[in-house]
Amino acid sequence: MVRFLGGLVGLFFAGMLLLSFIWGAVAYVAAPPAATVESEFHKHPMQVAWSFNGPFGKYDKAQLQRGFQVYTEVCSACHSLHQVAFRSLADLGYNEAEIKAIAKARQVPSVDPNTGEATTREGTPADKFPLVYPNDVAARAANNNAIPPDLSLMAKARHDGANYIHSLLVGYQEQPAELLRKFPDAKTGEGLHYNPYFANLNLAMAPPLTAEGQVTYGEGQPKPTVDQMAQDVSAFLMWAAEPKLEARKSTGIGVLIFLLFGTVLAYMAYQNIWAGKEH
Amino acid sequence: MSFPWAEHYTPKHPVMKWVDERLPLPRLVYNAVGGGYPVPRNLNYFWNFGVLAGVALTIQLVTGIILAMHYAANAGIAFDSVEHIMRNVNSGWLLRYAHANGASFFFIVVYLHIFRGLFFGSYKAPREMVWLLGIVIFLLMMATAFMGYVLPWGQMSFWGAQVITGLFAAIPVVGEPIQTWLLGGFAPGNASLNRFFSLHYLLPFVILGVVILHIWALHIPGSSNPTGVEVKGPQDTVPFHPYYTAKDGFGLGIFLILFALVLFFAPNSMGHPDNYIAANPMSTPAHIVPEWYFWPFYAILRAFTMDLTIPFTGIVLIPAKLLGVLAMFASILLLFFLSWIDTSPVRSGKYRPLFKKFFVLLVIDVLILGYCGGAPAEEPYVMISQLAAAYYFAHFLIILPIISSIERPDPLPGSITEAVLAKSKNKTDDAAGAVPAAAAAE
Repeated sequence: MVRFLGGLVGLFFAGMLLLSFIWGAVAYVAAPPAATVESEFHKHPMQVAWSFNGPFGKYDKAQLQRGFQVYTEVCSACHSLHQVAFRSLADLGYNEAEIKAIAKARQVPSVDPNTGEATTREGTPADKFPLVYPNDVAARAANNNAIPPDLSLMAKARHDGANYIHSLLVGYQEQPAELLRKFPDAKTGEGLHYNPYFANLNLAMAPPLTAEGQVTYGEGQPKPTVDQMAQDVSAFLMWAAEPKLEARKSTGIGVLIFLLFGTVLAYMAYQNIWAGKEH
Repeated sequence: MSFPWAEHYTPKHPVMKWVDERLPLPRLVYNAVGGGYPVPRNLNYFWNFGVLAGVALTIQLVTGIILAMHYAANAGIAFDSVEHIMRNVNSGWLLRYAHANGASFFFIVVYLHIFRGLFFGSYKAPREMVWLLGIVIFLLMMATAFMGYVLPWGQMSFWGAQVITGLFAAIPVVGEPIQTWLLGGFAPGNASLNRFFSLHYLLPFVILGVVILHIWALHIPGSSNPTGVEVKGPQDTVPFHPYYTAKDGFGLGIFLILFALVLFFAPNSMGHPDNYIAANPMSTPAHIVPEWYFWPFYAILRAFTMDLTIPFTGIVLIPAKLLGVLAMFASILLLFFLSWIDTSPVRSGKYRPLFKKFFVLLVIDVLILGYCGGAPAEEPYVMISQLAAAYYFAHFLIILPIISSIERPDPLPGSITEAVLAKSKNKTDDAAGAVPAAAAAE
């Protein structure tokens, strides 16, 4: 009885699926899905040889500091970093006094101790980076109806994050003539900017890094080309998203050595106990 | 417990003797996973995965309980509280990555455990109850994993909750009220998050309870084995401890090495980047996909694209969405009936030439379904998943009953010991035969 009823259920589902398949196949042959502008012109991020790649990878502190400088001087005009506390900038090699100065240069929300009115005060190392806009409405109003996303987790919130950010920053270009020939309706709209690394190819953010030397790097640092600045800020944002990367990898190496040793012992114990026992 | 020649517990230490006389817990453990449980001597590495699933459950319980000490189940701050764990809690990143990837590894070992059972006929008499309880555990795991994925309150959490509870909205008439009741509102919100957290904390302990029943039921007939021939005498078995504790110890080492590789060097490889974006009810992600362990079932759900209608009238009997939901649940529930669908008296797929071929097809089929489930709902993935889903149902509900009637199984070994000795004899023959064969070639 179970087999009979089961067989009927099986025939029903398999039959409906095959009908759906035939229906779909007919539709597919009759009108194959047209290529979309995204499927033809979207590009995957370029691969950068980051210092933090690979099992032994570490952040390059000088690069993180340069990236922090780019963030501060360029990105932070619109983008917040509200998961990151000033104190964690110690990871970048800043000392206590420097961190205090960095925090002090920023105003964070506070309450007036005398009146109870909302006000702001200078930041301390325990504070997090403040929001740039008080709310989404203000963010939209100031940015042509687009909200600049918080960057704390950006390097993990996109596929291939660090590479993606770098490619996006250097990827702005004129819309290819071929694109407009093939998809005349896909012209980049008013207030948008063509970028083949962005999911729908047109993004509201204007190219933030436009000229060599836009940020002045200190003595002994590489030349601040657009590509260099983009790489530095991408590395910084990778750190902002995954500050424990170095601890994670070095713990991992230790754990693996321990486990390999333990597993070899376990294998020898297994062989020893089963010795002479056919199985 | 199971065989008359099982070794008996004799407490060595006076304290253990005192405890055992008042509460025979040491005896219970000894008979369950100690020297008192005789196990077939010929188990291969596929028999490691039960113990590994137990270890994976333990990892989830321990890491989960600690994470719950730092996590805040409130829609306003849940996302930030997870980031707080990742950044400020001592070793919080380790706990959270271990918990998130631990869920994936739990499913990996459980899937291998299930496919072991499917190939070696572990669902057949007298072990039906073990199999049934196993499916119950699997269903509980799926519910727990789904609710756990909602807790970080990222974009995939939010929209996953919307889609999965939306499945119930496909039920005619009462569907939408049911979805509202499940969510505690018209859309996922604070009420949903709190109940999911509550249940996500409760269900693992329910799983633990069913695991105990699963192991209890296993100990009545004793473990199955790769030949599928039942144990005939003491020569067929070895005590669980030290023989299988040693073998499982080695298996556990391999499991932990693979787990550590992902956990420490690619902890986000099995997650979706969109879940690092805080939940936003106003913005739908381009592709809503569940975690990889649900992909085969997600593919079945989406494979139904045609309403069931009365031909030429246009009257819809069952809409496509409801068909998909029914099929998805059916694809798991049918496993409950497997013991009665496959009536072949031979347990092990090793001695079933026809079954073996279709089993390989099934494995490939489920992998294809998994791939399609993770892909966007576009052609050709929908068409491929339609064929693959059709095979899935045909395999269990049509092909298996037919095979079990028409197949002529290969001869079975007389006993486990006979099979073991024949295998080792072959090995020595091969070693001895190699030289004359080489000589003959000259």
